[in-house]
Amino acid sequence: MAMKMITAVIRPHKLDDLELAVAQLGVQGMTVVEVQGYGRQHGHLEVYRGAEYRVEFLARTQVQIAVDETLVEPVVEAIANVTRTGKVGDGRIFVAPLGQAIRIRTGETGTAAA
Amino acid sequence: MTKTRLTGRAAALLAALAPSLALAQDAPTPEKGDTAWMLVSTLLVVLMTIPGLALFYGGLVRAKNMLSVLMQVMVGFSLIVVLWCLYGYSLAFTEGNAFIGGGARLFMQGLFDPATGTFAMAATFSKGVVIPEIVFAAFQATFAGITCCLIVGAFAERMRFAAVLIFMTIWFTICYLPIAHMVWFWMGPDAYTSAEVAAETTAKAGLLWQRGALDFAGGTVVHINAGVAGLVGAYMIGKRVGLGREPMPPHNLVLTMIGASLLWVGWFGFNAGSALEAGNSAALAFLNTLLATAGAVIAWSAAEWALKRHASVLGAASGAVAGLVAITPAAGNVGPMGALAIGLIAGVVCLWGVTGLKRLLKADDSLDVFGVHGVGGIVGALLTGVFNNPALGGPGLVTDWVTASVGSNGILAQLWIQAEAVGVTVVWSAVAAFIAFKVADLLVGLRVPEESEREGLDTTEHNERAYTN
Repeated sequence: MAMKMITAVIRPHKLDDLELAVAQLGVQGMTVVEVQGYGRQHGHLEVYRGAEYRVEFLARTQVQIAVDETLVEPVVEAIANVTRTGKVGDGRIFVAPLGQAIRIRTGETGTAAA
Repeated sequence: MTKTRLTGRAAALLAALAPSLALAQDAPTPEKGDTAWMLVSTLLVVLMTIPGLALFYGGLVRAKNMLSVLMQVMVGFSLIVVLWCLYGYSLAFTEGNAFIGGGARLFMQGLFDPATGTFAMAATFSKGVVIPEIVFAAFQATFAGITCCLIVGAFAERMRFAAVLIFMTIWFTICYLPIAHMVWFWMGPDAYTSAEVAAETTAKAGLLWQRGALDFAGGTVVHINAGVAGLVGAYMIGKRVGLGREPMPPHNLVLTMIGASLLWVGWFGFNAGSALEAGNSAALAFLNTLLATAGAVIAWSAAEWALKRHASVLGAASGAVAGLVAITPAAGNVGPMGALAIGLIAGVVCLWGVTGLKRLLKADDSLDVFGVHGVGGIVGALLTGVFNNPALGGPGLVTDWVTASVGSNGILAQLWIQAEAVGVTVVWSAVAAFIAFKVADLLVGLRVPEESEREGLDTTEHNERAYTN
């Protein structure tokens, strides 16, 4: 069975909502990392005494979830719905093919390892 | 600013020639309160340097250079303390000429006599009041130490560690010691026994003390001195690689804030301890240190808010330091409202010092040693001449040490005297710093290679990493 890797870059405070929403769809694991990024939303100015810095990057949270391809649509829709605020800066969701997944403890592969 | 009552050799000679005379000379004994206060003040100034200044500066540099700053301050301070006890104290605070002292206290000889258990006494500003000279020497050691460490901020993130130590050794010897002697050394109030001896007693004091310059805790000796030396160093070592193109924001303003807070707390020892007694002068200096600094925090924050639309933590912390610097020469020399005025003015002027003036000077004074300590010291030293006057709430100064009567030289006259002291300090420090940096450059080279600067001084100079993840 084909698998996909869903990568979502979201606002940090939406992480808990995302976790709850995808858990209800049967997702049993994810990897989370704090990142910086920008899209169309502009950065801000930081001033340290006489030095001014234009900082384009904003704090975001990146979530990676490996799913069987049948779960891609419902999971993507769930993530988008709970993380959307309607304001510029909501983030992105990327879906990429996933060659293989292995559960380290048992050696299971494929969807059983998602 | 002290003359011991019996120096080591003089005491031994006196005892040998006239033992009864030595016993009959009923030397004043120190009050436990004064001694205790001075010990605490000394402790507070140590705290100002380690870790106060170390963290204040450390938080302002990039993470890869954090340890280099801590190291330069820790080892620099220790080096100067050692040199102070070997020869520095003697050259600064014994009788010599108008520019430098002599050898009476080399290796701290004479501070106490192991054979008899007698401790030498140091004068204060009150007739008949003394503190153990050893306490005074220790107190002043911390001043020498912190002054040299202040300069570190100007050449942060690019200077060779060996060059820092060589520079400090030379500059301490040819600049800090003479300036300290010129501004602070005198024979003490008890030497002014009569009008006949007054003039010749004053003639034994340091040059700027003789002129009547007021510098309570080191506006010239510490801050202008360090600020100018830092600026010269910044010019000579050159700008950091990538300045203006690459971002170099402070890596941890939380540490800077902790450092600034320790500086403020410790500074009460620095200023109020410079009264040398636990009395009224210390009390005045204490309040002024509280009030001027608070005023400077408000002024810098307000000015930054008005000019840049936000007040920042770095601004508030810098404002505090600026106020502390400016009140340093004024602490026991002005009244509370004068102190407030000094703080408010310093807060605004030093903000200009680290922005507009910094752009004009075109030196990469990394951590604004000149902008804060140089400019703040000059502002404070000059305003001391203004606000010392009783008409502006100041305590005036002692115009006749024989009678200890208080008066004033008049605002304009005192302002001129202060300006002279500022001028002498600026020129002397600049020349001495040039020489000291030059010698260090010739011996080991001032600057690390570009690759080392890019990688960071912590790993390249010290084989260490501050943050492992």
